[in-house]
Amino acid sequence: MTKNDYDLIVIGGGPGGYVAAIKASQLGMSVALVEDKHLGGICLNWGCIPTKALLRASEIRHMLDNVSEFGFTVSDIKMDINNITKRSRKVAAQLSEGISHLLKKNKVFVYEGFGNLEKGSIDSKTIMIKTKTETISKKAKNVIIATGARSRNLPFISSDGVNVWDYKTAMTPPKLPSSLIIIGSGAIGMEFASFYNDLGVDVTVVEALPSILPNEDEDISKIVDNNFKKRGVVIKTNATLKSVEILNKSVSAEISVNGKVEKINAEKLILAIGIVPNTENLGLDNYNVNFDKGHILTNEWMETDEKGIYAIGDVTAGPWLAHKASHEGILCVEKIAGHKDLIPIDKTSIPGCTYCRPQVASIGLTEKNAKFQNLNIKVGKFPFVGNGKAIALGDSEGMIKTIFNKDTGELIGAHMVGPEVTELIQGFSIAKKLETTEQELMHTIFPHPTLSESMHESVLDAYNQAIHY
Amino acid sequence: MSIDILMPALSPTMEEGTLSKWLVKEGDKVESGDLIAEIETDKATMEVEAIDEGVIGKILVDEGQESIKVNVPIAILLLEGEELTDLTNKVEEEIIEKKSIDKKIIDDKILEDNIVKVSKPTFKSEIKEKILDIIKDRIFITPLAKRIAKQRDIDLNSLLGSGPNGRILKVDVENYNNNKNVKNLNKTSIDNFELVKNSAMRKTIADRLVKSKNEAPHFYLSLDCNIDELLKIRSALNSKAKEQYKISVNDMIIKASSAALMKVPRANASWENENTKYFHTTDISVAVAIEGGLITPIIKDVQSKGLLQISEDMKNLADKAKNGKLLPEDYIGGSFSISNLGMYGIKEFSAVINPPQGCILAVGAGEKRPTVINEQIIIATIMTVTLSCDHRVVDGAVGAELLSEFKNFIENPSLMLL
Repeated sequence: MTKNDYDLIVIGGGPGGYVAAIKASQLGMSVALVEDKHLGGICLNWGCIPTKALLRASEIRHMLDNVSEFGFTVSDIKMDINNITKRSRKVAAQLSEGISHLLKKNKVFVYEGFGNLEKGSIDSKTIMIKTKTETISKKAKNVIIATGARSRNLPFISSDGVNVWDYKTAMTPPKLPSSLIIIGSGAIGMEFASFYNDLGVDVTVVEALPSILPNEDEDISKIVDNNFKKRGVVIKTNATLKSVEILNKSVSAEISVNGKVEKINAEKLILAIGIVPNTENLGLDNYNVNFDKGHILTNEWMETDEKGIYAIGDVTAGPWLAHKASHEGILCVEKIAGHKDLIPIDKTSIPGCTYCRPQVASIGLTEKNAKFQNLNIKVGKFPFVGNGKAIALGDSEGMIKTIFNKDTGELIGAHMVGPEVTELIQGFSIAKKLETTEQELMHTIFPHPTLSESMHESVLDAYNQAIHY
Repeated sequence: MSIDILMPALSPTMEEGTLSKWLVKEGDKVESGDLIAEIETDKATMEVEAIDEGVIGKILVDEGQESIKVNVPIAILLLEGEELTDLTNKVEEEIIEKKSIDKKIIDDKILEDNIVKVSKPTFKSEIKEKILDIIKDRIFITPLAKRIAKQRDIDLNSLLGSGPNGRILKVDVENYNNNKNVKNLNKTSIDNFELVKNSAMRKTIADRLVKSKNEAPHFYLSLDCNIDELLKIRSALNSKAKEQYKISVNDMIIKASSAALMKVPRANASWENENTKYFHTTDISVAVAIEGGLITPIIKDVQSKGLLQISEDMKNLADKAKNGKLLPEDYIGGSFSISNLGMYGIKEFSAVINPPQGCILAVGAGEKRPTVINEQIIIATIMTVTLSCDHRVVDGAVGAELLSEFKNFIENPSLMLL
C-alpha cells in the first residue's frame, strides 16, 4: 500500500476549507490545506466581511444624515470613499491573518498554490500542488474540494473592472460614481444598492423575477422594495438585461421590462447575477465525480461519487452561504473520522442574512413555499412599530413573520426585516434545531425592552394571542 | 446536612427486603454511583448505588438483616466537612419516628397528618429518590416529536432517537410511521429488503440471549412423554367447566414442572456468581410471543396453586403481555422457564436459558406416534420435551432427575394432586 503524506488534503482555504482543516486536525488527522491567495476565501477577503465594513460606513452616513432627530446638529460632514474602502480592506486583512495563525496553531500545513488531483486509488490520491516556485506531489487518503465559486458573467457582457464591475471592483471603487445600475437583487445586489444609495449614488436595481430578494418571503420583499423606493432607488422587476453598451463615460443597458424594451444609463454597472462554481483545473475528470448544473454532486455526508473525495461549500449545491460551507466542512470531517450519530444538514434550517438597510434575515420555508407544499399553516406577523426598543432606536421599519404548521405546531419558517434582524434570527435557528413547538416559544421569557420581543409577539400573533398589536 | 440512605423499592409492590451484603463500611468515602450494598427480595437481588458523594457516617442495619421495610434508613451519608458525633442521637430518634409511618399507606392526607413527625432530611432524600426515578425513566424527545407522536398515538417507548444522546427527533417519529407503511405495502417498496430499527425490547432480548449463550454452558436433555392420560383428565375437567374455564395442556405442563421442581429442588435454582440460589417456591416464567418480540411473565408460587388458578393467571398475564401492560414485577425474576411451541406443530427444539435461571423446558407438539408399551406397538400421543440446563447450576444427573420426575407427573397426572 502506498504511504500517504496526509490523512486529508483540503483544496481551498475559504470558510468551508479552513474550518474543515482545523476540525480534522483537532480530530487527530494529519492535514494540509492548499490555498493560492487568500486564507479565509472570498467570504473573508472579498465577501461577507469587507462588505459588512462598507455597510457599517454607509449606515453611519445614514445616521449622520438623520442626527437632527436625536437632537444633534452636525455640519461640514466630509466623506472619502478611499478611506472607507481602506478600512474595509484593513478589516479583511486582520481576519485573514487570524486564520493563518489558527491554522498554524492547529498544525495544519498550508501550501500556497493550486491543487490538482491525479489518478489514484481508493486509499491514496495524489495531488500536484503548483506553488509560485515549484510543483510538489503529495498523497492523501481523503481530499476535500472547497474551491468555492466566482461571480457569474453573461454571454454578452463580462465585468471589466472599469465600467462593468464585479463584486471586487464594487468593493474598492477608485471613486464614487454618480450613478449605478445593479443587475440582480439577491443579497449581494441589494447590499451594494443599499451601500451606494446611502453614500448618495443614484442606484437602479434590475431584477428578472417579479420581486427583489426573490428567495425571501413576499411580505419581506415588499417592505424592502418600499423602503428602497422611498430612498430613491429605482427598482425594475420582471426586467431582463438584453445588452450593455459601453459609452464614453457611461454605460447604457437595454432591458426588457414586462416585455417592453427600455434603455437605462448610468456611470457604472455592477453584475450581481449569481455564482459559477470553481471546478475547473482540479483534475476531477480523473475520478468519478459528477455534477449538477456545474455544481459537484455529493451525498448527505458531502462525499462525491468517488470514495474519499468530498466537496463542500459553494462548489456543491446551494444555498451558497459561508456558514453552510463551514457546517458541511465539520460534518464531512466528522464522517471521515468515523463519528457515529451524525445528522445530515437540513436545508430548511439554514438561516440566510442580507445586510442592506433595512436588514433581512430568514430561515425555513416562505409562506408561498409552505402553501405550495400543501402544508396547513398558521402565520404570525409583528411590525417593529409595535416594539419599544425599535422606536427608541429610531429604527422601527420592518416586521417579523413566523409560519407554523397548524397541525403540529412546528416552526417551519421565520422571516424578518428591520433593525438588527441578522442578529435575531439565530433564536429561531435554535428553536428549529431543538424542534420546539409554538408552546415553548410562547412560554419563553424574552427580555424587555429588546428587539427580540417582536419575535415573541410574532409567535403569539400566529395563534391570535399577540399583546402589543 | 447529612443524607439518609433509604431501603430502596426494587419493584412497585416490594414492601420489605433483606440487606444481604454491605459493600462499604463506616468511614468509607463514596461517590455518586458507587455500589454500597446488595438488597435481596424473594424475586431479585439488586445493588444499591450511592446517590451523593460523601462519607458513610453510620450503618444502621446489619448485614443479613431481613424484613427491612422500604424507605427505612439503612445508613447515613455525611457530606463534606460533617462529623458523625452530633448526629447519632438525632438520627436514632428519627428512625423510630419514621418506622411508625408505613410508606404504603401514606396518601396525601396521611402525609399531611404526619408532616410534623417526618424530619426535613427525609423529605429531601425522598424527593431526591423520586427525581432519580424520573430521570431513570425519562425519555429524551423534542417537543415537536412528542406532539406528533401523541397525535399519531405512537408509544414513546417504542421510538428510537437519532438525535444527540438518543434524543427522539421529528424524523424518528415520521420514520416510525413510514416503517409501518412499508410493512403494510411491502410490494410498493423498491428495495428487496426493509430496514426496521431495533426497538428497546429487541435489544434487551438480544443482550440477554447473547449473555446466556456466552456465559451459561448449556447442555440438553430430551425425553418423550405419553400424554394420553393427561389429555383424558383434561377433557374430563373441561367437560365440567360449563364454559367457566378451559384448562390447557400448557397449564398442566406448568403444574407438572412445578411438581417436579419441588421433588428436585436442586434444579430450582439460579446462578448468582458468588452463590447459587435455591428457590423454595416455583415461580415459572412462561414465554409469550408478542408483537415485535417475546416476554416471559411469571406465574408465581405454582406449587401452591391449582390448575384453575394457574390457567387464570396464565390468561391474565398473556393478555397483559399482548397489550404491553405487564409490570416489571410480572416478568422480572422467576425460578424456571417454559417455552412451548407445540401449537405450531414443532416436534422438538432446544431453548436458550433465561438467565440467571438454571433451566428452561422446551415443549414440542403432542402427536400420535407408534410406541412400544408392554412389548406391543400401539399408537399413543407423544410429546417430546427438551430441558436446557446451565451446567454451572444443574449437573447432568440433576437435570435428568428433574426431567424424569416431570415425565412421571405428565404421564400420571393424578400424582399432581398429592
